[in-house]
Amino acid sequence: MTPKHLLSIDDLGREGIEEILGLTDSFVEVSARRIPKVPALRGKNIAWLFYEDSTRTRLSFETAAKRLSADTMNFSVGSSSVNKGESLRDTCLTISAMGVDAIVVRHRSAGVPWQIANWIDASVINAGDGWHEHPTQALLDTYTLRSHLGDLDGRHIAIVGDIKHSRVARSNLAAFTALGAEVTMVAPQTLLPPSLEGWNANVSHDLDAVLPTVDAIYLLRMQLERQTDALVPTLREYTDGYGLTTQRLAALGEKALIMHPGPMNRGVEICPEAADDPRSVITEQVANGVAVRMSVLFLLLGSGAEHEAGGLS
Amino acid sequence: MTNAVLRQSVLIRGGTVVDASGSRVADVLVGSDGMIEAVGEGLKGDLELDAGGCIVSPGFVDLHTHLREPGKEEAETIESGSRGGALGGFTALVAMPNTTPPMDCVGVVRDVIELGKTALTDIFPSAAITVGRAGEQLSPMAELAKLGVRIFTDDGTGVQDDLLMKRALEYSVGLAPFTGGASVVLAQHCEVAALSDGGFMHEGEWSSRLGIPGQPAEAEELMVMRDIALAKSTGARVHFQHMSTAGSVSLIRAAKAAGLPVTAEATTHHFTLTDAACASFDTVFKVHPPLRTDADVAAVKVGLADGTIDAIATDHAPHCAHDKEQPFDSAPPGMLGLETALALALTELDQPVEKVVGLLSWQAAKIAGIDDVHGCPIEPGRPANITVFDPAEAWTIDSSSFASKSTNCPYEGHNVKGRVRHTIVNGEPVVIDQEATR
Repeated sequence: MTPKHLLSIDDLGREGIEEILGLTDSFVEVSARRIPKVPALRGKNIAWLFYEDSTRTRLSFETAAKRLSADTMNFSVGSSSVNKGESLRDTCLTISAMGVDAIVVRHRSAGVPWQIANWIDASVINAGDGWHEHPTQALLDTYTLRSHLGDLDGRHIAIVGDIKHSRVARSNLAAFTALGAEVTMVAPQTLLPPSLEGWNANVSHDLDAVLPTVDAIYLLRMQLERQTDALVPTLREYTDGYGLTTQRLAALGEKALIMHPGPMNRGVEICPEAADDPRSVITEQVANGVAVRMSVLFLLLGSGAEHEAGGLS
Repeated sequence: MTNAVLRQSVLIRGGTVVDASGSRVADVLVGSDGMIEAVGEGLKGDLELDAGGCIVSPGFVDLHTHLREPGKEEAETIESGSRGGALGGFTALVAMPNTTPPMDCVGVVRDVIELGKTALTDIFPSAAITVGRAGEQLSPMAELAKLGVRIFTDDGTGVQDDLLMKRALEYSVGLAPFTGGASVVLAQHCEVAALSDGGFMHEGEWSSRLGIPGQPAEAEELMVMRDIALAKSTGARVHFQHMSTAGSVSLIRAAKAAGLPVTAEATTHHFTLTDAACASFDTVFKVHPPLRTDADVAAVKVGLADGTIDAIATDHAPHCAHDKEQPFDSAPPGMLGLETALALALTELDQPVEKVVGLLSWQAAKIAGIDDVHGCPIEPGRPANITVFDPAEAWTIDSSSFASKSTNCPYEGHNVKGRVRHTIVNGEPVVIDQEATR
């Protein structure tokens, strides 16, 4: 079944995730070609609607779309009608009226992709909504994990850091557990969500205890303003308790993976040695991001017929 | 009552009269002077209204209505809001002061009183406790009391400054010379801004899952605690608006048991909806204080049942569609309530109709200081502010049929029971057979 939108990981479920990851293998292959471009989405029009700054996610989507030969248009929020007071809904209706097949949206407010999906006919892809979801990040992370660990059933993954404010953490928890992994969230209490009811995860304040048991450690970006919000007394203290320091690097399993969604604060949540360690797959995550986003765009916008008839050729 | 001389007498025939003194089957004759003339059998009137199968009760009083006039007339006007109120069985509305400009001075309040004269219901303006509702300087409370204001509130926000709130309460105690002896009440929107600012829904399981910044229960409860302490030290009356948490209900129960002069209201949405509704990201469910948990809903219901909470209020808060059609964090909070309150109370509270009517009518009237005109017993010589409703009529909520200028109703498509048939305001039938007469 072809979904119309990609809003959340929960919408996909295990089958949906596996379908996208399966498809991603083909696009990793496409990306490795001398001319990494296929005509799969020729004539399709995709709009980028990024209300929040994003470099890597937008570039990654843009690269994915180009490799699929889609046309793209960028709605630049900073220099647009939004500054003239246009509402989100009117902006979406305007873009929609130009004829787009998909809108890829990032917004600081949770739920915006759902609202847009109610307003317009095009497919909506959630590229991050507030603290809520970032499904393509979770898919690329899951793909990266699987490419090293194989089946995730029974694997143990620690997500460390500012979980409360992290859409990456929410989507990753959903994706990892959907594929059978066990997740432990490690953070000071102030950086955990106020309630963990219904969360399929262990919680720990003791990274040193968790570290030796994990197959992967996923470090979240520690935003510098959390210190001024009194969520942690000092960044030094945060690093001491929850950073992947050189000492902790030594305690990490030999085959355990080090992951980070970027951009990193070297020396805060991750020491430079860990970022550049052979166990680190951080740049691989970025590379896989393009292939995963090709899969998502192809799945939502390419017709099943094209797929079966070898739309990748 | 401006056109009372032109009026005919009205007979409400065949209903069951329910008021604070109990219930009995009787016809009610409203004289052309706007007063109840007789209650009994074998009466005759110029205009007969059928009340078969209906409850005939004192008119409902909403302690908490946002009429948006002046300032936001595209969302609601005093006229349109009063029409909705009348259709919902209300004969009196207490207008909240968060208009533009705010109701914090004689000029604006006088304007609202003037506009209210042509409304379908009586309009009683509240006034702000502080100038501009900014929490910095007291409004001219005595001048406002002299105009007839009996409820002071900065609704939309709570008075954050402890000392200023204490002074306001102290000052309110001495206002009798300006009111002809009546007392005034300070009504608080309990929310400690330091804890709730930047939050858009109840902080808990759902806000955590949805990644929406939360407004914790303790933001409300801490201010309830503070104001109970201040009611105790000043002896002034405090009314707690839209109580939404189990903790608040317990605090107020204890304060009442200690004999403190506090009262409380709960909105229909706080005993019918929970924060889970926000999972749709539909901003119609965004409201302050926010929708809480099942346990909070249950506690509010118990509070309404055991008398801890004195009144059902609507917190009717109309917003234009284009204002609500925004991201969850920027959409304005608030939902409609006037035209659904009775039905939701009858459908969801599981209380006898006498109890529900008390919560909507005379108990609210007493808090508003208008119980000489509204919520009175149905007996000869009383002003004829009367609501006639069929407690059993089943209907489906459809906001497109509302009189309100806005449609931000969170109950679209809900099946409910209990519907207003006639509403009589100061002797004038403003609603007959579910239709507003003007």
